[in-house]
Amino acid sequence: MLTAATIAILVVMLLAIIRCVVGPTLYDRILAFNMFGTKTVLLISILGFLMGRPEFLDIALVYALINFISVIGVLRFSDSVEFKHSLQQQAPTKEDKQ
Amino acid sequence: MSLILEIGSGLCLLLGSFICLSGGVGILRFPDFYTRIHAVGVTDTLGAGLILTGLMLISPDGLVLLKLIMILLFTLFINPTASHALAKAALRNNLKPVLDDSSDKGGDKPSKL
Amino acid sequence: MKNNIFLDKNTSDKTTRNLPSHTLSLFLSLSLFWWINSNYSNALLLSLGAASILLVLYIAHRMDVIDHESQPIHLSVNMPNYVIWLTKEVIISNISVVKHVWLGNSSISPTLATIDISQRTDLGKVIYANSITLTPGTVTVDIVGDRMTIHALIKDNIDTLKTGEMDRRVTEMESRC
Repeated sequence: MLTAATIAILVVMLLAIIRCVVGPTLYDRILAFNMFGTKTVLLISILGFLMGRPEFLDIALVYALINFISVIGVLRFSDSVEFKHSLQQQAPTKEDKQ
Repeated sequence: MSLILEIGSGLCLLLGSFICLSGGVGILRFPDFYTRIHAVGVTDTLGAGLILTGLMLISPDGLVLLKLIMILLFTLFINPTASHALAKAALRNNLKPVLDDSSDKGGDKPSKL
Repeated sequence: MKNNIFLDKNTSDKTTRNLPSHTLSLFLSLSLFWWINSNYSNALLLSLGAASILLVLYIAHRMDVIDHESQPIHLSVNMPNYVIWLTKEVIISNISVVKHVWLGNSSISPTLATIDISQRTDLGKVIYANSITLTPGTVTVDIVGDRMTIHALIKDNIDTLKTGEMDRRVTEMESRC
Protein backbone atom coordinates (compact mmCIF):
# COMPACT_ATOMS: atom_id res chain seq x y z
CA MET A 1 0.00 0.00 0.00
CA LEU A 2 2.92 2.29 0.70
CA THR A 3 4.18 1.70 -2.83
CA ALA A 4 0.78 2.54 -4.30
CA ALA A 5 0.69 5.78 -2.32
CA THR A 6 4.21 6.63 -3.50
CA ILE A 7 3.22 6.14 -7.12
CA ALA A 8 0.04 8.19 -6.67
CA ILE A 9 1.97 11.06 -5.13
CA LEU A 10 4.56 10.92 -7.92
CA VAL A 11 1.73 11.19 -10.45
CA VAL A 12 0.29 14.18 -8.59
CA MET A 13 3.71 15.82 -8.59
CA LEU A 14 3.90 15.26 -12.34
CA LEU A 15 0.51 16.94 -12.79
CA ALA A 16 1.67 19.85 -10.64
CA ILE A 17 4.80 20.21 -12.77
CA ILE A 18 2.70 20.26 -15.94
CA ARG A 19 0.62 23.10 -14.47
CA CYS A 20 3.83 24.79 -13.41
CA VAL A 21 5.14 24.71 -16.98
CA VAL A 22 1.99 25.58 -18.92
CA GLY A 23 0.38 27.82 -16.27
CA PRO A 24 -0.68 31.00 -18.03
CA THR A 25 -0.01 33.40 -15.17
CA LEU A 26 2.77 33.73 -12.65
CA TYR A 27 0.43 32.88 -9.78
CA ASP A 28 -0.54 29.57 -11.32
CA ARG A 29 3.11 28.67 -11.34
CA ILE A 30 3.63 29.68 -7.71
CA LEU A 31 0.51 27.74 -6.73
CA ALA A 32 1.68 24.63 -8.56
CA PHE A 33 5.10 25.01 -6.99
CA ASN A 34 3.53 25.24 -3.53
CA MET A 35 1.53 22.10 -4.19
CA PHE A 36 4.65 20.36 -5.46
CA GLY A 37 6.42 21.23 -2.20
CA THR A 38 3.57 19.89 -0.07
CA LYS A 39 3.53 16.67 -2.03
CA THR A 40 7.31 16.43 -1.58
CA VAL A 41 6.80 16.51 2.18
CA LEU A 42 4.34 13.63 1.91
CA LEU A 43 6.64 11.74 -0.45
CA ILE A 44 9.60 12.05 1.91
CA SER A 45 7.47 10.83 4.84
CA ILE A 46 6.23 7.81 2.91
CA LEU A 47 9.72 7.02 1.62
CA GLY A 48 10.96 7.07 5.20
CA PHE A 49 8.46 4.34 6.07
CA LEU A 50 9.09 2.43 2.85
CA MET A 51 12.83 2.27 3.50
CA GLY A 52 12.44 1.75 7.23
CA ARG A 53 14.24 4.96 8.10
CA PRO A 54 11.99 7.24 10.16
CA GLU A 55 14.76 9.85 10.33
CA PHE A 56 13.44 11.06 6.98
CA LEU A 57 10.62 12.73 8.89
CA ASP A 58 13.01 15.41 10.13
CA ILE A 59 13.82 16.29 6.55
CA ALA A 60 10.11 16.42 5.74
CA LEU A 61 9.54 18.79 8.64
CA VAL A 62 12.28 21.16 7.53
CA TYR A 63 11.07 20.96 3.94
CA ALA A 64 7.55 21.99 4.98
CA LEU A 65 8.89 25.10 6.68
CA ILE A 66 11.27 26.04 3.86
CA ASN A 67 8.51 25.58 1.30
CA PHE A 68 6.28 28.07 3.12
CA ILE A 69 9.05 30.62 3.52
CA SER A 70 10.02 30.38 -0.15
CA VAL A 71 6.43 30.91 -1.30
CA ILE A 72 6.02 33.95 0.96
CA GLY A 73 9.39 35.25 -0.21
CA VAL A 74 8.45 35.00 -3.88
CA LEU A 75 5.14 36.73 -3.14
CA ARG A 76 6.82 39.57 -1.31
CA PHE A 77 9.20 39.93 -4.24
CA SER A 78 6.26 40.01 -6.64
CA ASP A 79 4.92 43.00 -4.68
CA SER A 80 8.00 45.06 -5.45
CA VAL A 81 7.80 47.93 -7.90
CA GLU A 82 10.48 46.72 -10.29
CA PHE A 83 8.81 43.37 -10.60
CA LYS A 84 5.43 44.92 -11.42
CA HIS A 85 7.11 47.05 -14.05
CA SER A 86 8.65 44.03 -15.75
CA LEU A 87 5.33 42.19 -15.52
CA GLN A 88 3.52 44.99 -17.31
CA GLN A 89 5.97 44.80 -20.16
CA GLN A 90 5.30 41.10 -20.58
CA ALA A 91 1.58 41.41 -20.06
CA PRO A 92 0.35 41.35 -23.72
CA THR A 93 1.96 37.99 -24.51
CA LYS A 94 0.50 36.48 -21.37
CA GLU A 95 -2.96 37.68 -22.28
CA ASP A 96 -2.62 36.06 -25.69
CA LYS A 97 -1.97 32.68 -24.15
CA GLN A 98 -5.16 32.79 -22.17
CA MET B 1 -4.82 -5.72 16.73
CA SER B 2 -1.88 -4.99 14.47
CA LEU B 3 -3.79 -6.47 11.55
CA ILE B 4 -6.65 -4.03 12.13
CA LEU B 5 -4.18 -1.15 12.27
CA GLU B 6 -2.56 -2.28 9.02
CA ILE B 7 -5.89 -2.55 7.24
CA GLY B 8 -6.94 0.86 8.55
CA SER B 9 -3.67 2.41 7.46
CA GLY B 10 -4.01 0.84 4.03
CA LEU B 11 -7.49 2.25 3.66
CA CYS B 12 -6.35 5.71 4.76
CA LEU B 13 -3.41 5.65 2.35
CA LEU B 14 -5.59 4.50 -0.53
CA LEU B 15 -8.27 7.10 0.12
CA GLY B 16 -5.64 9.82 0.60
CA SER B 17 -3.97 8.86 -2.68
CA PHE B 18 -7.29 9.05 -4.48
CA ILE B 19 -8.04 12.49 -3.03
CA CYS B 20 -4.56 13.73 -3.91
CA LEU B 21 -5.05 12.44 -7.46
CA SER B 22 -8.39 14.26 -7.64
CA GLY B 23 -6.69 17.46 -6.57
CA GLY B 24 -3.97 16.91 -9.17
CA VAL B 25 -6.59 16.45 -11.87
CA GLY B 26 -8.39 19.50 -10.58
CA ILE B 27 -5.36 21.72 -10.86
CA LEU B 28 -5.16 20.82 -14.56
CA ARG B 29 -8.86 20.91 -15.24
CA PHE B 30 -10.17 24.02 -13.52
CA PRO B 31 -10.47 27.11 -15.70
CA ASP B 32 -8.61 29.84 -13.82
CA PHE B 33 -6.23 30.57 -10.98
CA TYR B 34 -8.77 31.17 -8.23
CA THR B 35 -10.57 27.90 -8.84
CA ARG B 36 -7.26 26.04 -8.88
CA ILE B 37 -6.62 27.23 -5.34
CA HIS B 38 -9.55 25.08 -4.23
CA ALA B 39 -8.08 22.01 -5.92
CA VAL B 40 -4.80 22.59 -4.09
CA GLY B 41 -6.78 23.06 -0.87
CA VAL B 42 -8.24 19.57 -1.29
CA THR B 43 -4.84 17.92 -1.54
CA ASP B 44 -3.48 19.95 1.34
CA THR B 45 -6.19 19.28 3.89
CA LEU B 46 -7.85 15.91 3.50
CA GLY B 47 -5.28 14.34 1.16
CA ALA B 48 -2.29 15.11 3.35
CA GLY B 49 -4.34 14.43 6.48
CA LEU B 50 -5.40 10.97 5.36
CA ILE B 51 -1.94 9.95 4.14
CA LEU B 52 -0.29 11.13 7.35
CA THR B 53 -2.99 9.41 9.41
CA GLY B 54 -2.30 6.23 7.48
CA LEU B 55 1.38 6.55 8.33
CA MET B 56 0.55 7.30 11.98
CA LEU B 57 -1.35 4.03 12.28
CA ILE B 58 1.74 1.99 11.35
CA SER B 59 4.31 4.14 13.15
CA PRO B 60 6.82 1.95 15.02
CA ASP B 61 7.18 4.11 18.14
CA GLY B 62 5.74 7.14 19.85
CA LEU B 63 8.38 9.58 18.69
CA VAL B 64 7.60 8.93 15.02
CA LEU B 65 3.93 9.46 15.85
CA LEU B 66 4.68 12.82 17.45
CA LYS B 67 6.73 13.90 14.46
CA LEU B 68 3.96 12.92 12.06
CA ILE B 69 1.45 14.88 14.15
CA MET B 70 3.80 17.85 14.00
CA ILE B 71 4.09 17.61 10.20
CA LEU B 72 0.30 17.43 9.95
CA LEU B 73 -0.13 20.47 12.20
CA PHE B 74 2.42 22.47 10.22
CA THR B 75 0.71 21.54 6.96
CA LEU B 76 -2.68 22.56 8.28
CA PHE B 77 -1.41 25.85 9.69
CA ILE B 78 0.83 26.82 6.79
CA ASN B 79 -1.24 26.08 3.72
CA PRO B 80 -4.23 28.35 4.37
CA THR B 81 -1.80 31.18 4.98
CA ALA B 82 0.04 30.53 1.73
CA SER B 83 -3.24 30.21 -0.20
CA HIS B 84 -4.55 33.45 1.24
CA ALA B 85 -1.31 35.29 0.50
CA LEU B 86 -1.35 34.00 -3.07
CA ALA B 87 -4.98 34.96 -3.65
CA LYS B 88 -4.50 38.40 -2.16
CA ALA B 89 -1.37 39.09 -4.19
CA ALA B 90 -3.09 37.91 -7.36
CA LEU B 91 -6.14 40.12 -6.78
CA ARG B 92 -3.92 43.07 -6.01
CA ASN B 93 -2.01 42.66 -9.24
CA ASN B 94 -5.27 42.77 -11.17
CA LEU B 95 -5.71 39.14 -12.04
CA LYS B 96 -9.43 38.99 -12.69
CA PRO B 97 -11.25 35.85 -11.64
CA VAL B 98 -13.53 34.06 -14.08
CA LEU B 99 -16.93 34.51 -12.50
CA ASP B 100 -20.13 32.67 -13.03
CA ASP B 101 -23.15 34.87 -13.69
CA SER B 102 -25.54 32.13 -12.61
CA SER B 103 -27.61 32.76 -15.75
CA ASP B 104 -25.70 30.63 -18.25
CA LYS B 105 -24.27 27.75 -16.25
CA GLY B 106 -25.67 27.82 -12.74
CA GLY B 107 -29.26 28.14 -13.86
CA ASP B 108 -29.81 24.97 -15.79
CA LYS B 109 -27.64 22.76 -13.63
CA PRO B 110 -28.02 23.59 -9.95
CA SER B 111 -25.14 22.23 -7.93
CA LYS B 112 -26.03 20.69 -4.60
CA LEU B 113 -23.66 20.57 -1.69
CA MET C 1 3.68 47.42 3.99
CA LYS C 2 4.45 45.80 7.29
CA ASN C 3 1.95 43.14 8.33
CA ASN C 4 -0.67 43.87 5.74
CA ILE C 5 0.00 40.85 3.58
CA PHE C 6 -1.90 38.83 6.15
CA LEU C 7 -4.06 41.29 8.01
CA ASP C 8 -4.42 45.02 8.27
CA LYS C 9 -3.64 45.53 11.89
CA ASN C 10 -5.97 48.19 13.18
CA THR C 11 -7.04 47.27 16.68
CA SER C 12 -4.61 47.56 19.54
CA ASP C 13 -5.97 45.80 22.58
CA LYS C 14 -2.92 45.73 24.77
CA THR C 15 -4.64 44.99 28.04
CA THR C 16 -3.32 41.49 28.51
CA ARG C 17 0.21 41.82 27.25
CA ASN C 18 3.26 40.10 28.66
CA LEU C 19 1.66 37.91 31.23
CA PRO C 20 4.03 35.37 32.80
CA SER C 21 1.70 32.56 31.72
CA HIS C 22 2.34 33.38 28.06
CA THR C 23 6.07 33.20 28.60
CA LEU C 24 5.58 29.90 30.40
CA SER C 25 3.49 28.47 27.59
CA LEU C 26 6.08 29.55 25.02
CA PHE C 27 8.79 27.95 27.15
CA LEU C 28 6.83 24.69 27.41
CA SER C 29 6.06 24.50 23.69
CA LEU C 30 9.68 25.21 22.79
CA SER C 31 10.85 22.51 25.21
CA LEU C 32 8.41 20.05 23.71
CA PHE C 33 9.59 20.98 20.22
CA TRP C 34 13.23 20.44 21.17
CA TRP C 35 12.46 17.16 22.90
CA ILE C 36 10.52 15.76 19.94
CA ASN C 37 13.19 16.76 17.48
CA SER C 38 16.23 15.68 19.48
CA ASN C 39 15.14 12.96 21.95
CA TYR C 40 18.67 12.61 23.32
CA SER C 41 18.98 12.87 27.07
CA ASN C 42 22.69 13.30 27.65
CA ALA C 43 23.84 16.38 29.51
CA LEU C 44 25.49 18.18 26.61
CA LEU C 45 22.51 18.14 24.29
CA LEU C 46 20.05 19.00 27.06
CA SER C 47 22.11 22.02 28.08
CA LEU C 48 22.38 23.11 24.46
CA GLY C 49 18.61 22.82 24.23
CA ALA C 50 18.11 24.89 27.36
CA ALA C 51 20.49 27.53 26.01
CA SER C 52 18.61 27.69 22.70
CA ILE C 53 15.26 27.99 24.44
CA LEU C 54 16.50 30.79 26.65
CA LEU C 55 17.95 32.59 23.64
CA VAL C 56 14.65 32.33 21.79
CA LEU C 57 12.76 33.57 24.84
CA TYR C 58 15.11 36.54 25.13
CA ILE C 59 14.75 37.42 21.44
CA ALA C 60 10.97 37.06 21.64
CA HIS C 61 10.91 39.44 24.61
CA ARG C 62 13.03 41.95 22.75
CA MET C 63 10.70 41.67 19.75
CA ASP C 64 7.70 42.09 22.07
CA VAL C 65 5.78 39.26 20.47
CA ILE C 66 4.86 37.25 23.56
CA ASP C 67 1.23 38.14 24.09
CA HIS C 68 -2.22 36.63 23.86
CA GLU C 69 -2.03 36.64 20.06
CA SER C 70 1.07 34.50 19.70
CA GLN C 71 0.14 32.30 22.67
CA PRO C 72 -3.66 32.03 22.63
CA ILE C 73 -3.89 29.94 25.78
CA HIS C 74 -7.17 31.52 26.82
CA LEU C 75 -8.80 29.71 23.91
CA SER C 76 -7.55 26.26 24.85
CA VAL C 77 -10.71 25.38 26.80
CA ASN C 78 -13.10 25.94 23.92
CA MET C 79 -10.73 25.02 21.12
CA PRO C 80 -11.28 21.20 20.97
CA ASN C 81 -15.00 21.51 20.33
CA TYR C 82 -14.40 23.96 17.53
CA VAL C 83 -11.63 21.84 16.01
CA ILE C 84 -13.85 18.76 15.94
CA TRP C 85 -16.64 20.73 14.28
CA LEU C 86 -14.19 22.25 11.79
CA THR C 87 -12.79 18.81 10.90
CA LYS C 88 -16.30 17.64 10.09
CA GLU C 89 -16.89 20.69 7.89
CA VAL C 90 -13.55 20.21 6.12
CA ILE C 91 -14.33 16.59 5.31
CA ILE C 92 -17.80 17.45 3.98
CA SER C 93 -16.55 20.23 1.75
CA ASN C 94 -13.62 18.09 0.57
CA ILE C 95 -16.06 15.47 -0.68
CA SER C 96 -18.05 18.19 -2.43
CA VAL C 97 -15.00 19.67 -4.16
CA VAL C 98 -13.70 16.24 -5.24
CA LYS C 99 -17.13 15.53 -6.71
CA HIS C 100 -17.00 18.77 -8.69
CA VAL C 101 -13.48 18.00 -9.93
CA TRP C 102 -14.69 14.82 -11.55
CA LEU C 103 -17.97 16.36 -12.74
CA GLY C 104 -16.04 18.90 -14.78
CA ASN C 105 -16.05 22.61 -15.42
CA SER C 106 -19.73 22.85 -16.29
CA SER C 107 -20.73 21.98 -12.74
CA ILE C 108 -18.84 24.76 -10.95
CA SER C 109 -19.98 28.33 -10.48
CA PRO C 110 -17.08 30.50 -9.22
CA THR C 111 -18.28 33.41 -7.14
CA LEU C 112 -16.59 36.40 -5.55
CA ALA C 113 -18.62 37.77 -2.67
CA THR C 114 -18.25 40.04 0.32
CA ILE C 115 -19.54 38.97 3.71
CA ASP C 116 -19.75 40.69 7.06
CA ILE C 117 -17.93 39.32 10.07
CA SER C 118 -18.89 39.75 13.68
CA GLN C 119 -15.52 39.26 15.38
CA ARG C 120 -14.06 42.29 17.09
CA THR C 121 -10.46 41.30 17.76
CA ASP C 122 -7.70 40.56 15.27
CA LEU C 123 -7.29 37.07 16.68
CA GLY C 124 -10.93 36.19 16.05
CA LYS C 125 -10.76 37.55 12.51
CA VAL C 126 -7.64 35.51 11.79
CA ILE C 127 -9.22 32.34 13.16
CA TYR C 128 -12.34 32.89 11.08
CA ALA C 129 -10.43 33.75 7.89
CA ASN C 130 -8.10 30.79 8.27
CA SER C 131 -11.00 28.45 8.93
CA ILE C 132 -12.67 29.66 5.75
CA THR C 133 -9.48 29.17 3.76
CA LEU C 134 -8.85 25.76 5.31
CA THR C 135 -12.25 24.59 4.12
CA PRO C 136 -11.82 23.66 0.44
CA GLY C 137 -14.16 25.49 -1.87
CA THR C 138 -13.82 28.84 -0.14
CA VAL C 139 -10.78 31.12 0.04
CA THR C 140 -10.51 34.39 1.92
CA VAL C 141 -9.06 36.88 -0.52
CA ASP C 142 -9.09 40.08 1.50
CA ILE C 143 -10.09 41.50 4.86
CA VAL C 144 -10.88 45.18 5.21
CA GLY C 145 -12.30 46.21 8.57
CA ASP C 146 -15.41 44.17 9.20
CA ARG C 147 -15.81 42.84 5.70
CA MET C 148 -14.22 39.86 4.01
CA THR C 149 -13.91 39.10 0.33
CA ILE C 150 -14.45 35.41 -0.31
CA HIS C 151 -13.87 33.45 -3.49
CA ALA C 152 -15.98 30.32 -3.67
CA LEU C 153 -15.92 27.44 -6.10
CA ILE C 154 -19.65 26.88 -5.93
CA LYS C 155 -22.30 29.47 -5.26
CA ASP C 156 -23.87 27.36 -2.54
CA ASN C 157 -20.70 27.64 -0.47
CA ILE C 158 -21.20 31.39 -0.17
CA ASP C 159 -24.82 30.88 0.83
CA THR C 160 -23.71 28.42 3.50
CA LEU C 161 -21.20 30.93 4.82
CA LYS C 162 -23.79 33.70 4.81
CA THR C 163 -26.02 31.73 7.13
CA GLY C 164 -23.23 32.41 9.59
CA GLU C 165 -22.81 29.20 11.56
CA MET C 166 -19.02 29.25 11.39
CA ASP C 167 -19.04 32.95 12.25
CA ARG C 168 -21.23 32.28 15.29
CA ARG C 169 -19.03 29.41 16.48
CA VAL C 170 -15.80 31.42 16.20
CA THR C 171 -17.31 34.34 18.10
CA GLU C 172 -18.68 31.99 20.73
CA MET C 173 -15.36 30.23 21.19
CA GLU C 174 -13.56 33.53 21.50
CA SER C 175 -15.92 35.28 23.87
CA ARG C 176 -16.62 32.46 26.32
CA CYS C 177 -13.25 32.55 27.99
